[in-house]
Amino acid sequence: MRLAYTAEQDAFRAEVRAWLADHVPAERLASFDTAEGFQAHRAWEKVLHGGRWSAVTWPEAYGGRGLDLIRWLIFEEEYWRAGAPGRVGQNGIFLLAPTMMEYGTAEQKARFLPPMASGEEIWAQAWSEPQAGSDLAAVRARATRDGDHYVLNGHKIWSSRAVFADWAFGLFRTDPASERHKGLSLILFKLDAPGVRVVPIQQIDGEAGFAEIFLEDVRSPVDQRLGGEGEGWTVCMATAGFERGLMLRSPARFQAAAARLVALADRRGADAVQEAAVLQAVMDADAYALSIYATASRLIAGGKIGAEASCNKVFWSELDVALYRAALSIKGAEAELTGPTEAADGWMDGYLFSLAGPIYAGANEIQRNIIAERMLGLPKG
Amino acid sequence: MDFTLSDEQRMTAEVTAALLADRCTGADLRRLMDSGAALDPVRWRALVEMGLPAAMVPESLGGLGLGEVDLTPVAEQCGFAALPEPLVELAGVAAPLLAALDHPAARAWAGRIAAGEAMAAVGHSCQPFVAGADTADVLVLCRPGEILLLNAETVTLGRQPSIDPFHRLFAVAFDGGDAIAAARGPEADRLAALALDRGALFAAAQGIGLAQRAVDLSAAYAKARVQFGKPIGANQAVKHHLASCQVKIEFARPVVLAAAAQIGQQDIYSRARVSHAKLAALAAADLAGRTAIQVHGAMGYSWATDVHVYLKRVLALTGAWGDEAFHRRRVSARIKGRALDPGQVFAVETA
Ligand SMILES: Cc1cc2nc3c(=O)[nH]c(=O)nc-3n(C[C@H](O)[C@H](O)[C@H](O)COP(=O)(O)OP(=O)(O)OC[C@H]3O[C@@H](n4cnc5c(N)ncnc54)[C@H](O)[C@@H]3O)c2cc1C
Repeated sequence: MRLAYTAEQDAFRAEVRAWLADHVPAERLASFDTAEGFQAHRAWEKVLHGGRWSAVTWPEAYGGRGLDLIRWLIFEEEYWRAGAPGRVGQNGIFLLAPTMMEYGTAEQKARFLPPMASGEEIWAQAWSEPQAGSDLAAVRARATRDGDHYVLNGHKIWSSRAVFADWAFGLFRTDPASERHKGLSLILFKLDAPGVRVVPIQQIDGEAGFAEIFLEDVRSPVDQRLGGEGEGWTVCMATAGFERGLMLRSPARFQAAAARLVALADRRGADAVQEAAVLQAVMDADAYALSIYATASRLIAGGKIGAEASCNKVFWSELDVALYRAALSIKGAEAELTGPTEAADGWMDGYLFSLAGPIYAGANEIQRNIIAERMLGLPKG
Repeated sequence: MDFTLSDEQRMTAEVTAALLADRCTGADLRRLMDSGAALDPVRWRALVEMGLPAAMVPESLGGLGLGEVDLTPVAEQCGFAALPEPLVELAGVAAPLLAALDHPAARAWAGRIAAGEAMAAVGHSCQPFVAGADTADVLVLCRPGEILLLNAETVTLGRQPSIDPFHRLFAVAFDGGDAIAAARGPEADRLAALALDRGALFAAAQGIGLAQRAVDLSAAYAKARVQFGKPIGANQAVKHHLASCQVKIEFARPVVLAAAAQIGQQDIYSRARVSHAKLAALAAADLAGRTAIQVHGAMGYSWATDVHVYLKRVLALTGAWGDEAFHRRRVSARIKGRALDPGQVFAVETA
């Protein structure tokens, strides 16, 4: 146990800070859920990649820096501290890539990781279907073998950023006779391939942040299958482990929001109830950070992510809702303002988005089932 | 940066856990409660033989020279077992305090504690009564501007009944002439502040253990108790109650460990971290304790199960070593007084 950074880690922080100070755009970019904003964010990914900062934990060969998780945390702290743009490539870089490192072939890594790191190819996750939400094993979309190709048919939904993205990683049934978790495979496909139709869905804020994907006889070469045929469930669960456990939401995101909340309370004044909510939000963001530092240390020492990852997802999503709700309370009658006015400083957008946290990446009810069944050994219902 | 316990640290906790699983069962607690005795001599001997009271006494005084991080997982296990004897406060607060006092009598007491020959109890201006005073050979009273040593034979104790039968609280009366002032002024206040932080830290560590015990007992009961033809634990309402408790535990434990690692800073950051640890751990314990009663139904509301014992220890620890308002004030002072950007997680005050 040694809770202090080494001189090298401090120097690394300084290096990140200096680079960000020179490169982070002064103006906030438009939302990446709009066409214009998406391109601006893609351009930012290219800038990040130019400094080799877009995927710091990846091996250097693929455009990363081969950094350990403590340095990833330091990088994220500086990134959020600098108010740098949201990561439009996050589903590829933080979810697909770690899975690809584990299950991908050498050819797949060489083909897909470098353009992912540079923002040239932005990825969407295509798992959910209308009848397969929480019950992901109910997916019906089919991948039928035809020579050295799969032929994809089906209907995916809620795919974040699919409206403007280039590629998708989808969960398909490769064995038509299979049921539930068996006979599934993870297959990569181009979103502009013939037979793919992407239909935007307006999110709660009115922007087309996610989409339906209709697939009609879409051809994808067999070597775009990630992991073995029929092993899709295992491969997806590895992704879900990274998603819930670590990389999807770095602690700095919540610490930065908590710091803004404290400043808001300071500026506008807060009554005792609001003060208590602010205090709790700061403590929870801090607790989340400490927990992730502990997890990172454990992984560096050779440990693995386990069922406790389900606790993470519940904790950060609920702290996020409470944090933004406290901000709205402090803003009072101005909380409802929206649009580019001075009073609309992003708290309402943040609040609305926080409400998605307990749903995506596995709804919290499902996470609590997992905690009860896998950590506490309670019987399946 | 390394946020992991060493193998030795984990092993000491495991050995303690094994000893307590053997000698501090629900039946053992009941037997002690019925007897009205302050401690179980056989169990106490075993804990002393493990060297636990000597943990935080320096080697120069015959101790093991360990620190807060070493003792924290042990304290967690003591909470898990609802250990009646005041081991945690003796080893974690009284012994290192006596060892740090610049007075020969104090250091002599520290040596005797390390040797397993004496016990001590600490009174502190943050709380009205002295826990474990009846088993102590020496009392250490931290008051503003002074730390007094009192031989137990010279004081009069007035028992203050606590809802936790094993939290033996006493009002202490003494004649000023019998007291040795072992520290005065800023030095006394500095040591008293550290004693308070240690008291809060180890109360937090016990809170984690208590919370986990309440959840474990409830999970076991929920698997065994059948209603409507299936175990009650197959119902989501029950699962989700317990999962919520587990989430709170998972996000309190790292705070407690960080507080242990940082306590020596004795600055605005470490004080806030200790306070956060106390608040988070006891909040987890509070939720788990109450949930355990609910999951056990009427059984939980009775003395037929042990869950009330754990709940009562939680209730006793919640206000000990700084109450909730005190600890919230300290967190608030750090939040308002220092920068909060990401990157300040392990901040240290620079002069
Ligand atoms: C902002 C956002 C972005 C998303 N991005 C993507 C993406 O990029 N790619 C992708 O594939 N998917 C994405 N999703 C979809 C997401 O994974 C699903 O919404 C999620 O899995 C829940 O499925 P559902 O919406 O169909 O809800 P349902 O499964 O219909 O659940 C509705 C409610 O019922 C509860 N419920 C369901 N089953 C149970 C049960 N057994 N026990 C108790 N309660 C239950 C749920 O917890 C929830 O509260 C996204 C969703 C959102 C909101």
